Amino acid sequence: MALLDYFRTDMLPHIWCPGCGNGIVTQAIVRGIDALGWSQDETVIVSGIGCSSRAPGYLDFDTLHTTHGRALAFATGVKLAKPHLNVIVVTGDGDASAIGGNHLIHAARRNINITTICFNNSIYGMTGGQYSPLSPSHSYGSTAPYGNIDRAFDLCELVRASGASYVARGSVYHIAQLTRAIQDALAKPGFAFVEAITPCPVYFGRKNQLRTAVDMMRWQKEQMIPLRRAEKMDPEELTGKVIIGTFADKDLPEYTDSYEALIEKVRREVEESS
Amino acid sequence: MNLNKTGTHLFQGNEAVVEAAILSGCRFFAGYPITPSTEIAELMAVELPKVGGRFIQMEDEIGSMGAVIGASLTGTKAMTATSGPGFSLKQENIGYASFTETPVVVVNVQRVGPSTGMPTAPSQGDVMQARWGTHGDHPVVAIAPGSVAEAYTATIRAFSISEFLRVPVILLLDEVIGHMREGVSVEDVQAVEHLERKRPKGSKSDFRPYRDDGSGVPPMANFGDGYRFHVTGLFHDERGYPDLSPEWARTLMKRLMGKLDAHRDVHEWVEETETDDAEILIVSYGSPAQAATSALRQARAEGLRVGQFRVVTVWPFPEDALAKYKGQVRAVLVPEMNLGQLRLEVERVMGDAAPVLGLHRADGELFKPAEILEKIREVD
Repeated sequence: MALLDYFRTDMLPHIWCPGCGNGIVTQAIVRGIDALGWSQDETVIVSGIGCSSRAPGYLDFDTLHTTHGRALAFATGVKLAKPHLNVIVVTGDGDASAIGGNHLIHAARRNINITTICFNNSIYGMTGGQYSPLSPSHSYGSTAPYGNIDRAFDLCELVRASGASYVARGSVYHIAQLTRAIQDALAKPGFAFVEAITPCPVYFGRKNQLRTAVDMMRWQKEQMIPLRRAEKMDPEELTGKVIIGTFADKDLPEYTDSYEALIEKVRREVEESS
Repeated sequence: MNLNKTGTHLFQGNEAVVEAAILSGCRFFAGYPITPSTEIAELMAVELPKVGGRFIQMEDEIGSMGAVIGASLTGTKAMTATSGPGFSLKQENIGYASFTETPVVVVNVQRVGPSTGMPTAPSQGDVMQARWGTHGDHPVVAIAPGSVAEAYTATIRAFSISEFLRVPVILLLDEVIGHMREGVSVEDVQAVEHLERKRPKGSKSDFRPYRDDGSGVPPMANFGDGYRFHVTGLFHDERGYPDLSPEWARTLMKRLMGKLDAHRDVHEWVEETETDDAEILIVSYGSPAQAATSALRQARAEGLRVGQFRVVTVWPFPEDALAKYKGQVRAVLVPEMNLGQLRLEVERVMGDAAPVLGLHRADGELFKPAEILEKIREVD
């Protein structure tokens, strides 16, 4: 299918700033859906609040733009109520790791078959550039005017440790690897998580001497180290670098399958006892 | 309860809610443990799989509210249950359900607040929160049953109202109604009408999820049925797309706030006792109504002209029904287990027509009939 057929063209143009990478990540999601041949009628895309969370609105599926941080909770309701539906969550670094952090670890723990794409632009863009739990230490934001003293989450490590079936990180600069990771995540039965690093020259870049989209792309190119290469490097060399690649790809029991089995078991017991 | 048999069966209030919810077709429950509503979650965990429904214990109260909204959007009747602190946490998503017109039933078994308060003691301290707990103007329905039998029928009505009018319904139990055991009659349960969600007709490609069909309540499609629609908590046009223009905001809010007025027959619920010749009117709701009824009987035996106006659907407040008593009654008593919440509505409706006297307690104790009777005598 033509990629444009997956978009609600009457919702365009989008609201994202010049140089924003969100459109590239959105395109990668659509390419993944297309490659797997998923039906638009049986795919639900859920988001929270923030720049990235506007993406589902542009897509021609059943789409749900929820409250801040809660996309995974709403998505859990959709998926558990109707397990045959494909459910995708689009979220951002603040949405997923700060206000929605609890839902993220618990969705991963249950290993519910939801694919979560976290658009990580390292900043709260919609509100004008405040630091997030994924902003690097010492970076600047409108609420970190003297430099960020917080430490950043390694969100992939957190989700992996919480029990997800699939975990990967990619970047908009390394679009081929990112697109493949998203497709693998969509195909994976179980909780699948992709952190997609995306440039925000307007809010993150401006405060961090990366004012143009090109500066930000160059920064991605220089900072990102593929996992295979990183494994051969010593920790000192990796300081300040970001590792991209697949961190988990496991076959584990899936939550809605387990619930279906539970229903069958309970109904059999009820029948036998009556 | 076997509805094919007649007679009266003993139920705990929380148990009655679960049974009635399943009878109403509820097939999804998401919750979080909290006293004194926990039995509802526990029984849902037992019963839902038996009927092919789904129960999930979420990581928190906010998540359970989100999950029931998500489930409801797939066309599955959904419920959650909580108490004071949890009700506070659910508020943002209750507003989301109201604004996106997603049917959900939220049970709040009220305990004494504020804060952690008294977890095992009854209260009616969340009456105003049920109306105004979430930010912004919004429609909401709240029902406060006065007995276990009424908790049963009120649950059925809560689903009907929620599904038919696409509005969140708060089932305001209090700890007494939730934990007390009383008889529920099969005939009373059978008599309650079940209303369903209005479904779209016509071609899927022309479907507009928020287009008024003239009733004020747009027909609702399910996620997964090929309508491919957008749902957002932003101001949204008929297509569900964001539209923040002042003109559209006025149009949308007019329909949203007007739909409950237009369908008062669906949600209004008042029970009047001995009011024809009443000079003193007791306005009650929830478990204190039982003490008020008892006081009324004794007062009548003493020859005092007392009547009871029992509000079951507290929001929207039945103002026209109550206003009928202006000019008839010389005083109104409002017993409630809070420091004066629904009394404010009664005062607003009665105006200068009669003094409104509150009997209030928020100490975890129940009203005794004698306290109410004493107040009646005092007024007389």
